[in-house]
Amino acid sequence: MSKLQIITKGILKENPTFVLVLGMCPTLGVTSSAINGMGMGVATMAVLIMSNMVISLIKNLIPDKVRIPAFIVVIASFVTIIEMLMQAYVPSLYAALGVFIPLIVVNCVILGRAEAFASKNGVFDSALDGIGIGLGFTLSLTVIGAVREVLGAGSIFGYTFAEGVMPLLFILAPGGFFVLGYLMVLFNKIAKR
Amino acid sequence: MNLLIADNISSEVLQGFATGEVSVQVITLFAIIVGAIFVNNVVLSQFLGICPFLGVSSKVDTSIGMGMAVTFVMALATLVTWCIQHYILVPFGIEYMQTITFILVIAALVQMVEIVLKKVSPALYQALGIFLPLITTNCAVLGIAIITIQKDFDLLTGVIYAVSIALGFALAMILFAGIRERLEVEDTPAGMRGVPIALITAGLLAMAFMGFANVVPLP
Repeated sequence: MSKLQIITKGILKENPTFVLVLGMCPTLGVTSSAINGMGMGVATMAVLIMSNMVISLIKNLIPDKVRIPAFIVVIASFVTIIEMLMQAYVPSLYAALGVFIPLIVVNCVILGRAEAFASKNGVFDSALDGIGIGLGFTLSLTVIGAVREVLGAGSIFGYTFAEGVMPLLFILAPGGFFVLGYLMVLFNKIAKR
Repeated sequence: MNLLIADNISSEVLQGFATGEVSVQVITLFAIIVGAIFVNNVVLSQFLGICPFLGVSSKVDTSIGMGMAVTFVMALATLVTWCIQHYILVPFGIEYMQTITFILVIAALVQMVEIVLKKVSPALYQALGIFLPLITTNCAVLGIAIITIQKDFDLLTGVIYAVSIALGFALAMILFAGIRERLEVEDTPAGMRGVPIALITAGLLAMAFMGFANVVPLP
């Protein structure tokens, strides 16, 4: 597999949201606006790249039986770092994402990549895999957030164009399920061609 | 919007406890229980625990088992993490270690429950055993442990809140499994089979649960 393929497969062929169906909680929970979805995606990508690199560096030191707890400790450390950085530099985003920031720890995308890729490949490839899957995750969350924001609030990235006429339902919980379901159908249709 | 209701409830509870009015206490506890099961349903309005909700919900039997296992672990995890937060993390001023500590404690707890159940009650282990490993990565358990701390509940209220949340999870899962059993035999369009139709069904269920908004009697 070429280096470029490692990055691009995360966006289309192994898209974590639409194809692998992993990390559904943040995907639905934070995508009430495009900017929130993007912020969550970038935070997850940062944790994913760092944890992938560290895990691929220490993969030979970890006994096979305790590898899952060891991976979780590595991931949790980076999540704590990201949490503190976000609290310091983007407090409004930190408040909007709320409990979903510490919950990056239990995002199955990250543990899944540690187990499936980083524990078998070199540091550089693992970093590229983190970038690819992270980009796929960020793009999916941004698209879902943008669709929900346009349909529910009549705005995009905070820029309002149709105030108070759109059905609020799409910002609320059911809208999250509907938008993700229909986008998944659309993605499968396009990807199959 | 729903989070606001829950915040109101928690401040009401604190007031009730401060003034020591028993009737207020009972009513607020009732409000917490109804709020956690129906109004702020953990899956359908807070989006926690979606993975088992979509993954293990194809049969009613398995979703009952999963619901019971989650109730048990969530109550225990909230109990233990509350004690750790208030007797270890806060006195030593290391609250920033919350995420790492809680996830390790929950993972260890699930392992321990599995070992103890195997020894003490093989029958219960038969029923719940296969679900236990899945629970470590159930974000609802860690999420509710953190939310209980954020809402500043006392220990008893926290555990009652966790059990109610878990019952809400079980309710949503069992309802959803019932619908999915019927969907199996329906003729769904090819592109929508599997996860997409499940998500849209969950959306309809979430819409039904929105009808519960504002039913909690606020004293």
